[in-house]
Amino acid sequence: MQCDRTGATQTVGVFFCPAVHDYTNLINSKGGVEGRKIRAMEIDHEYKVPQGMEAYERHKKEGAVSILLYGTPHTQALAAKLAEDKIPGTSPGFGSAASADGKRYPYLFPIAATYWSQAAAAVKFVKDKLGGNLKGKKIAYLFYDNPAGKEPLPILEDLAKLEGFELKTFAVPAPGVEMGAQVLDITQRYRADFVIAHLFGRSPSVSIKEFKRVGYPLSKVVSFVWGSAEADLEAAGGGAVAEGYNTMQFAGVGSDYPVHKQIRDMYQKEGKPAPKEMASTVYYNRGIFHIAVHIEAVRNALKAKGANANITGEDVKNGFEKVKGVTLDGLMPPLEITPTDHEGGGWVQIFTVKGGKLTKSSEWFRAYPEVIKKHIEADAKKS
Amino acid sequence: MFHRESGYFKTTYAADSGLYPLPIAKWTIGVLLAGFILLPTISTALSGAVSAEYYVSVVNLILIAVVGALGLNILVGYTGQISIGHAAFMSVGAYTAANLAVKLGLPFWVTLPAGGLMAAFIGAIVGIPSLRIKGLYLAIATLAAQLIIEWVINHTPAISGGSQASIEVPRPTVLGYPLKTQRELYYFLLFFAVLAIVGTLNLVRSRIGRAFIAIRDQDIAAEIIGIDIFRYKLTAFAISSFYAGVTGVLYTYYLGIANYENFLITTSIDYLAMIIIGGLGSVLGSILGAIFVTLLPILIRVFMESFGTLLFSASELNNVIPATRLGLFGLLIIVFLVVEPEGLNRLWRNIRNYFRVWPFSY
Repeated sequence: MQCDRTGATQTVGVFFCPAVHDYTNLINSKGGVEGRKIRAMEIDHEYKVPQGMEAYERHKKEGAVSILLYGTPHTQALAAKLAEDKIPGTSPGFGSAASADGKRYPYLFPIAATYWSQAAAAVKFVKDKLGGNLKGKKIAYLFYDNPAGKEPLPILEDLAKLEGFELKTFAVPAPGVEMGAQVLDITQRYRADFVIAHLFGRSPSVSIKEFKRVGYPLSKVVSFVWGSAEADLEAAGGGAVAEGYNTMQFAGVGSDYPVHKQIRDMYQKEGKPAPKEMASTVYYNRGIFHIAVHIEAVRNALKAKGANANITGEDVKNGFEKVKGVTLDGLMPPLEITPTDHEGGGWVQIFTVKGGKLTKSSEWFRAYPEVIKKHIEADAKKS
Repeated sequence: MFHRESGYFKTTYAADSGLYPLPIAKWTIGVLLAGFILLPTISTALSGAVSAEYYVSVVNLILIAVVGALGLNILVGYTGQISIGHAAFMSVGAYTAANLAVKLGLPFWVTLPAGGLMAAFIGAIVGIPSLRIKGLYLAIATLAAQLIIEWVINHTPAISGGSQASIEVPRPTVLGYPLKTQRELYYFLLFFAVLAIVGTLNLVRSRIGRAFIAIRDQDIAAEIIGIDIFRYKLTAFAISSFYAGVTGVLYTYYLGIANYENFLITTSIDYLAMIIIGGLGSVLGSILGAIFVTLLPILIRVFMESFGTLLFSASELNNVIPATRLGLFGLLIIVFLVVEPEGLNRLWRNIRNYFRVWPFSY
């Protein structure tokens, strides 16, 4: 597992990574996968690419059969290597949207909704909120000015044509802590009917504060998956400030799922209090989601090869392509990964801040798969 | 290395200005080179093919860093011009090579020099402010260049290849054979690293190198003794950027992808750290600095994995390792600089000088 507890995205890593270990320990304490124990080896790469490369080679040396990647630049840097070494890697919520194409990237699995799917889902959500028709509506897209921030643009532009809404983009330059001008532009001059926000790190909390300051209703803002955690709300001034803010999630939110109870029980048995990381349920649950898919893939591989067989990266890759129907009681979307679709459908759920808490406001859904498919195919042709 | 000069007499100027005047020094270099060529074989024999692949991959990262550090040292260490935009020149080289390799299908022996030359060209332009400003002011000017180049790449699809700003490049091929494994890439990188080292060693003892050093020590004096400051400052920027561009290309071929997020300002700072720790104005210092900065975090982690369990539980250790890695890394850098402000190169020379006259050190 690659991890970032110290670098640019440490706000994610400090919750995400412990969850992976907790779930792995839980599975091992229940007898492992088909009787085999899972070893999760974490290497922190400080969100730097050379360190990520070194971490990957180290994992390979230790005989890793599948790798939890972390970070968009790292995923891209390792894309070619993974295929050459035949080790599957996963990039939920980051990496490149085109890697949903299992034929082109056989060893890369986004496993969760890519930015393209998130863009499509956001437009669908806005459409529902604005009464089912987007003709002539104004939508503002507020994004962090880096490759990941710009990735959804082609999808949004396509959908603007398809649904007949007006799209205007507002870039926030790095490090994204100053966006007073953009927010004023959106709310006063452009007077957007809805805002789709795609921000990272500190910037989501800044955007919440700014929208609040100019009096724009946060219920008309929907954020992509990396502006959606409890930490963002807290940094913006607590749940009360962010009331109405819509967030997109690729794993469930909250700590009431049965798996949390099992983890708490496991800690209790060892005489320890429940891990404090669990309180940040958004990232913690994503960690569980991430490792759970891996464990399912390994299980499939062991089932195919026999419980005592020595499985390889290739077996686990085939295992990934058979992952279906793992839900952890609603924590996970109805994922179905196939040899061609490594994204598993591109499902998301919307959670809205109500009474200071993230509350579920939609079931798992996805939107405009035909538009996304078209783009994936076009991208594959380009190279 | 540890050897004594007594008994050798130089009778010609050519012999006196040789890189390695002593036969024993030539032997040492020969042995070192042979050691590096055999390194993958030796490590395979010692630790098995799987582990060797990992060790070689670490050496590969060092080799890439060596080229970049040498380039920066020519500019900062030898010519005395501060630059915080080194990583940006790498990205210029990387994208030039990636575009040429993908759009025109050119092989690496065309794209590599092309990437270097493009970076040199941009570097010479960025160097223009150095004719009027010095020190911290120049640092800020090069910082601006770093940000401008980042922005331009990010916002020009013709360069960046689309909204993802990354271009996948094919593996380098030698005589129709693609280099894929770490071991194959090792020889590819070693070749260019040696080329860069030999090139720099010769550059700094040539007329150009002496002009650089004169400018560093006192630019007004240099101008008075007839050194064309305009020309040599821009040359220094161009040569330094050429190295940076080549580093970017090597990195691109090593990863198989050009992505500007690998060449952000933090990378520039890392390279500055390498040459400051290694020793400004020395070739060996650049090499030692590149090794130190690349290897230290890895060694700290290995050490903590082995001995950390004595102090912490396994789950705590996952939090402790990255934190100590950063803390210890910073601390060691400070300690090294306090012990020897002139860097690892000076430290090495002190050790060598001690043993040179040992055991009669008076």
